[in-house]
Amino acid sequence: MDSASLQPSLYTVKAVFILDNDGNRLLSKYYDPELYPSMKEQKNFERNVFNKTHKADNEIAFLEGLTIVYKGSIDLFFYVVGSAQENELMLMSVLNCLFDSLSHILRKNVERRCLLDNMDGVFLVVDEIIDGGVILESDPQQVLQKVNYRADENPLSEQSVAQVLQSAKEQIKWSILK
Amino acid sequence: RPRVASDPVAFSHLGSGSNPFQHLEKSAVLQEARIFNETPINPRRCLHILTKIIYLLNQGEHFGTTEATEAFFAMTRLFQSNDQTLRRMCYLTIKEMANISEDVIIVTSSSSYVFPMLSPQTTMLQAIERYMKQAIVDKVPSVSSSALVSSLHMVKMSYDVVKRWVNEAQEAASSDNVMVQYHALGLLYHLRKNDRLAVTKMLNKFTKSGLKSPFAYCMLIRIASKLLDETEGGHDSPLFDFIESCLRNKNEMVVYEAASAIVHMPNCTARELAPAVSVLQLFCSSPKAALRYAAVRTLNKVAMKHPSAVTACNLDLENLITDSNRSIATLAITTLLKTGSESSVDRLMKQISSFVSEISDEFKVVVVQAISALCQKYPRKHSVMMNFLSNMLRDDVNESVCLWLGGFDYKRAIVDCIISIIEENPESKETGLAHLCEFTRTATRPFAQVRKKGTAQNFKSAVSALAKFGAQNDDLLPSVLVLMQRCMMDSDDEVRDRATFYMNVLQQKQKALNAAYIFNGLSVSIPGLEKSLHQYTLEPLEKPFDMKTVPLATTPISEQKTDIAPVATSKLPERLAPSRQDIYQEQLAAVPEFHGLGPLFKSSEPVQLTEAETEYVVRCIKHTFARHMVFQFDCTNTLNDQLLQKVLVQMEPSESYEVIHYIPAATLPYSQPGSSYTLVRLPDDDPTAVSCTFSCTMKYLVKDCDPNTGEPDDDGYDDEYVLEDLEVTVADHIQKVLKPNFAAAWEEVGDEFEKEETFALASVRTLDEAVGNIISFLGMQPCERSDKVPENKNSHVLFLAGVFRGGHDVLVRARLALADGVTMQVTVRSGEETVVDVILASVG
Repeated sequence: MDSASLQPSLYTVKAVFILDNDGNRLLSKYYDPELYPSMKEQKNFERNVFNKTHKADNEIAFLEGLTIVYKGSIDLFFYVVGSAQENELMLMSVLNCLFDSLSHILRKNVERRCLLDNMDGVFLVVDEIIDGGVILESDPQQVLQKVNYRADENPLSEQSVAQVLQSAKEQIKWSILK
Repeated sequence: RPRVASDPVAFSHLGSGSNPFQHLEKSAVLQEARIFNETPINPRRCLHILTKIIYLLNQGEHFGTTEATEAFFAMTRLFQSNDQTLRRMCYLTIKEMANISEDVIIVTSSSSYVFPMLSPQTTMLQAIERYMKQAIVDKVPSVSSSALVSSLHMVKMSYDVVKRWVNEAQEAASSDNVMVQYHALGLLYHLRKNDRLAVTKMLNKFTKSGLKSPFAYCMLIRIASKLLDETEGGHDSPLFDFIESCLRNKNEMVVYEAASAIVHMPNCTARELAPAVSVLQLFCSSPKAALRYAAVRTLNKVAMKHPSAVTACNLDLENLITDSNRSIATLAITTLLKTGSESSVDRLMKQISSFVSEISDEFKVVVVQAISALCQKYPRKHSVMMNFLSNMLRDDVNESVCLWLGGFDYKRAIVDCIISIIEENPESKETGLAHLCEFTRTATRPFAQVRKKGTAQNFKSAVSALAKFGAQNDDLLPSVLVLMQRCMMDSDDEVRDRATFYMNVLQQKQKALNAAYIFNGLSVSIPGLEKSLHQYTLEPLEKPFDMKTVPLATTPISEQKTDIAPVATSKLPERLAPSRQDIYQEQLAAVPEFHGLGPLFKSSEPVQLTEAETEYVVRCIKHTFARHMVFQFDCTNTLNDQLLQKVLVQMEPSESYEVIHYIPAATLPYSQPGSSYTLVRLPDDDPTAVSCTFSCTMKYLVKDCDPNTGEPDDDGYDDEYVLEDLEVTVADHIQKVLKPNFAAAWEEVGDEFEKEETFALASVRTLDEAVGNIISFLGMQPCERSDKVPENKNSHVLFLAGVFRGGHDVLVRARLALADGVTMQVTVRSGEETVVDVILASVG
């Protein structure tokens, strides 16, 4: 951790990613072209970060020369990555905005299955918060207004009983396995 | 359009398992994308497909240019849809695919959107200039923000064009919206950063106008810091005042940014630091981990230059040393180490060692750096530090090759630290170098340092240790070879020779070679080798040089010390004083009758054949050759009135050993020892007959003489004197050889002639006793420290190694069990079957 002073720049976020509780990538965006340019490097980085954070539940970590703020929810992990000298609170504001916006879209079910079922909304939310590494928006309300996404409403009325039972079985199976 | 339960696409992911995207196939998805061309557009289904495409891209799926362009053009239809989400997903997909399809530009807008340029060239940029300028000053904040950020991205491509939009950006900066302020400021700074005057003006304007955006404030603080730094302005400037005032901002993010900026300024006085430090102190007790972390990290920086400024926070830092976030705890401890007293060092070190294995490598570097500083401050603590550091190193010896090859900073930091400790504290030199030598297995930098600082001997052993690691680990081998190559250019002859030797052996990549030359090394006597080689060069034979003709060293090569020989002759080389055996070899070679015997295999320890205080004192040394034995009887006449002449020792063997020749000692005056030799041939017909008992009688001509002059009085008479029996045992046929890696040697010898037998040791009560007996009986070298039996054990395995007369490696593995007496299962391996039989027969 060197003490080089920060260059004034809007480019504050180096990467954002969402992993499941096995460390598999569900979504990831890398904004710094010099940071892990290849897929292999990215996946290695994500694995390394996952290994060091998923048990700790500590909110902030410093790995591979980068500051990483993170949050876990049920079976998901959210990460925002900045440089070692970045203002940690700035990164936290991005993380919080991301989490709160997703929480709203997913109707508080911030867990894997629900996330995957609403992946389009998730992509849009991320796109509204960070643009090319620049923090675009930090207020979840604003994000939600822009995204204006509605998750599947009243699903029960449109599913057959069989399909409801099937999906219920899946949910139970996965909650037991957790 | 209401969703229908039977709609396969919409519900295809239900019940498909844990991940609806799990089994996506790119070609299938692109196939599905054909529905984009349908009329009317089905927004739900199109949305699903776009989501799948983005997901695939995100997972690293590669889309070819043709595929991408086709899908791309199909998507453009979707912009016509009324469904806003669909349009926006469409835009997002295009953006994700923009890298692939380079030629396309899309600029459209919806009521709330500006779609930025995709891979444009400057001329194209000009085409949309008017559009961008309008968008930047749009009253809708999201449009303005998008335009400003897009413009920022475009600066990289064409600074000159974007520069023309400065006025619009300036206007946008006066927006009420906090994000627009931030983006406008950012763009303006990027456009103006090379013009210090313009930046100063801008800064003045904004610091007075009272922005609302905390992000914008952070940006201003950074710009102000940079200006201060560049102009080397004194801290009584308005810029500093502005930053200082931000310490009182409502938003924690801004407060922290200001504190951090002040702390990082060069030439800060204690007075200037104080308000920043007290703010950080408050943050130490925040419930937010990120804030505690930020605070303690920054305080750590302060402590490096201004430890006294931080002492006020010691109590708060103490509270953090047990923080569940180990990064925070580590930073707190290392800060305290810088600011605390010597007496707190032990306690803090103890605290850190309780969790140092949990922390990341980056933090390990922090710890090591703190220790480094500490050692300079408290030199008396250097041994505590050194132990801690070497424990850290040792813990990572088993880590993967990637770390080794990657040369992780913290390992380098540890090495640097140890070296600086050595430089500062001469007393620590030995332990420090020892740690570094051990560490040469796992790092590259120490080699150069050990080379400079250590003795040549240490470094040579480092080279050998390195070779062992290369031989043991295929993963490490390439790196080891690289290091060996460097050593091959070393200034020291022996280092070069060792490196070249190991390099050649390692490159063969054969386990047998590694076992013979790297793990267990040479066991021959060096002067003996030198002699044999010299002999060989003088009289070259048809056959290649045979190592087996070289006598073995009585002690392992690395331990050959300069023995005080009983008879030292000055013509022996000075470089390496020979061992006992080499001297005997010389002496025996001087006797013409012994010329055809070949090299001396082994000489035993002297065996007393007379009791103490007798008239004649005789001891015997048994010299073993390939097919003969020479018994050297050192006799001393203790009677001052006698002169003995033609003294020899007659031997009567119990087995089929054949006495061939006697070489008497010519004369034995009072108190002057002399030697007489008996040459005996070993039995040819029964190779297992290694043991024999000889009854010995000394025969001589005795003359009475004058005690004062020693002159004989008379002609004398023949007499004899009975000596004790002399035993020849299997041990006399075996030379001890230490195999540092017994397992490798065991494998190398192979099991072709392996035999095994179990024995009950009737008269032995303890394992210790059994082990001692068998070692002394067989005369073999215990390996892997197996001569030590741990306490309270009922079983033990003993590893013995040796070479049998004739140059045959022999290895013994003895499993002992203690249960009503001692049972022993002996397994013997050798390259020669008779040898195995001999050993087993002897034990029996």
